[in-house]
Amino acid sequence: MAKKYTENELEQDLKNKEYEYGFYTEIETEKFPPGLNENVVRAISKKKNEPEWMTDWRLEAFRAWEKMEEPDWANITYEKPDFQAISYYAAPKKKPELESLDQVDPELLETFKKLGISIDEQKRLSGVAMDIVMDSVSVATTFKETLDEHGIIFCSISEAIQKHPELVKKYIGSVVPRTDNFYAALNSAVFSDGSFCYIPKGVKCPVELSTYFRINEAGTGQFERTLLIADEGAYVSYLEGCTAPQRDENQLHAAVVEIIVHDDAEIKYSTVQNWYPGDHKGEGGVYNFVTKRGIAHKNAKLSWTQVETGSAVTWKYPSCILKGDNSVGEFYSIAVTNNYQQADTGTKMLHLGKNTKSTIISKGISAGKSQNSYRGLVRVSKNADNVRNFSQCDSLLMGNECGAHTFPYLETKNPSAQIEHEATTSKIGEDQLFYCNQRGIDTEKAIALIVNGFSKEVLNKLPMEFAVEAQKLLEISLEGSVG
Amino acid sequence: MLKIKDLHAGVEGKEILKGINLEIKSGEIHAIMGPNGSGKTTLSSVIAGREDFEVTEGSMTLDGENLMELEPDERAHKGVFMSFQHPIAIPGVTTTNFIKTAINAKRKALGFDEMPAAEMLKKIREKAELLGLDRSFLSRSLNDGFSGGEKKRNEIFQMAMLEPKLAILDETDSGLDIDALKTVANGVNTLKTKDNAILVITHYQRLLDYIIPDYVHVLSDGKIVKTGGKELALELEEKGYEWIK
Repeated sequence: MAKKYTENELEQDLKNKEYEYGFYTEIETEKFPPGLNENVVRAISKKKNEPEWMTDWRLEAFRAWEKMEEPDWANITYEKPDFQAISYYAAPKKKPELESLDQVDPELLETFKKLGISIDEQKRLSGVAMDIVMDSVSVATTFKETLDEHGIIFCSISEAIQKHPELVKKYIGSVVPRTDNFYAALNSAVFSDGSFCYIPKGVKCPVELSTYFRINEAGTGQFERTLLIADEGAYVSYLEGCTAPQRDENQLHAAVVEIIVHDDAEIKYSTVQNWYPGDHKGEGGVYNFVTKRGIAHKNAKLSWTQVETGSAVTWKYPSCILKGDNSVGEFYSIAVTNNYQQADTGTKMLHLGKNTKSTIISKGISAGKSQNSYRGLVRVSKNADNVRNFSQCDSLLMGNECGAHTFPYLETKNPSAQIEHEATTSKIGEDQLFYCNQRGIDTEKAIALIVNGFSKEVLNKLPMEFAVEAQKLLEISLEGSVG
Repeated sequence: MLKIKDLHAGVEGKEILKGINLEIKSGEIHAIMGPNGSGKTTLSSVIAGREDFEVTEGSMTLDGENLMELEPDERAHKGVFMSFQHPIAIPGVTTTNFIKTAINAKRKALGFDEMPAAEMLKKIREKAELLGLDRSFLSRSLNDGFSGGEKKRNEIFQMAMLEPKLAILDETDSGLDIDALKTVANGVNTLKTKDNAILVITHYQRLLDYIIPDYVHVLSDGKIVKTGGKELALELEEKGYEWIK
């Protein structure tokens, strides 16, 4: 008789799957000693040669943060980070020129090769302009010329503060105020770098803009700040992908992403997040506390697509403020948790304008002893007539020790709203696996097939080259090496 | 081809098969009939390698190779196919994608390259036509929301695509109306060659009006109690299973 392959063994196999991107690049870095106070905030600002208004902006954020408490309403449990034990600045010492890849540190190029995303190949095959963020400082930017021709600004936020202060000043904190929440305040005080993108009126960005973030230095938190603006009638598809090397201690990540979509404009924001999730015992892994929010003006459209496979703890709710009449908000999400990972993620659709529409498709996949929660708010304000929302939340469970939770919140003050919510929970069963096995498909491949099928509606929303990578990540996150 | 000797098997310590002897040669069609609870499904599951069942005694070989040492997917690579009584749904995975994955998994295991896309499409078109499946059906999620008849036709479609050495049809007639039954039977008959074999497992004889067996075995309480030609099926239908006991 064939070896009995039970769900328990399946779980065991999943546990044994090592983090495949767990390597560490040795690039010399300059790093602040641990600790946070006003002087550290000033030092960060000075290091980056920022104008005074920026320093003051950070300091106000810091003072607000000092009086705030960490939120504890999410369905996650973790040891609260010691914020004085974290170093708040690390930058590669070598700052290569940005004109050619030859000038980029070979170690860095090697890192990208390991990730299977060699910049060369990306450039050649997909026409994607990359702004690579490694330990908080941008080190390579390509396709600059194409973007320049269209008047598109795509650079690090540090550079934007120097070169386009009027734009940064106008928009930073306009969607996520400094005092919005504990982590947003912290980010506002200490953000080290991030991306800035401005698409001028009427311009359709001809390439997909892509940024790879990596946390690469033990013990440093990463505080990315991203600001995207599509002016009237503009369009851009923006991709952000993340992996991080394996670390034993927890790493804190508190990013802020702000998006402004002006009248008749559209922004598609896609992200793949694959930071180190911790080992099978639940040790290590990234704490991912992210605030992502966008505002859509008249006839504008904002679409969030996320594939979340990494991090030990995820707290993230990419949201849409549908301020303008006829604006559209979308949220497509796949969240995978395995071992002891915890994710509390979802969205907020805030309908302020008339005839605003939103769609929420959330796919949660839980394995091991993980906990996966969807938390979503749909709010319709009094003057928002004829609002429509459709929400669908599906959960897929693998094994008996994991959890899937759904927390939908609905607040409507306008009776004309049409709101639909659907939710399903299913389980990868021995029946499905046996059926696949009987057709000659091994268990590992069968799981990949079932998970990809389950996630299809969201994978289809990703740009092509990203979808392929996302599928690979789903497989890496869930497959066991079945013996 | 398939040789089963003194096979004892059960589930959770309870013996269901109590010494099965069965030999199926290339080019033959065998039918196993029996009342509910006689062990029909256990037998098909054990041949396919389902893990819930434990073999306690006996042997089972396919072309001289010990099947019991092989995982279910490895048995499939060797040419064992089972048409499920209750085919399983896989939402989001199209029938086309599923069968493509299955065929290429088998080819990989046998050391061949993936089947070229054009060849795959041609084959899919041919076999779909044989089973009277239209193309839109193949782009629906596998068995997801399929009617009983659609599921069974899809099973035989997969059989046609995979070209197994030994096909086990487990209660393939259940849930089929007479037209669907004819289509399915016609498909199976077309696929029959002198090099493969079919094991039909059924409660009723009506499928055997269309798929004519060379041998009929009657299974009762975990043992084959009578073997005969196709006329045995008719006799059983007439007299009922009580007659055997």
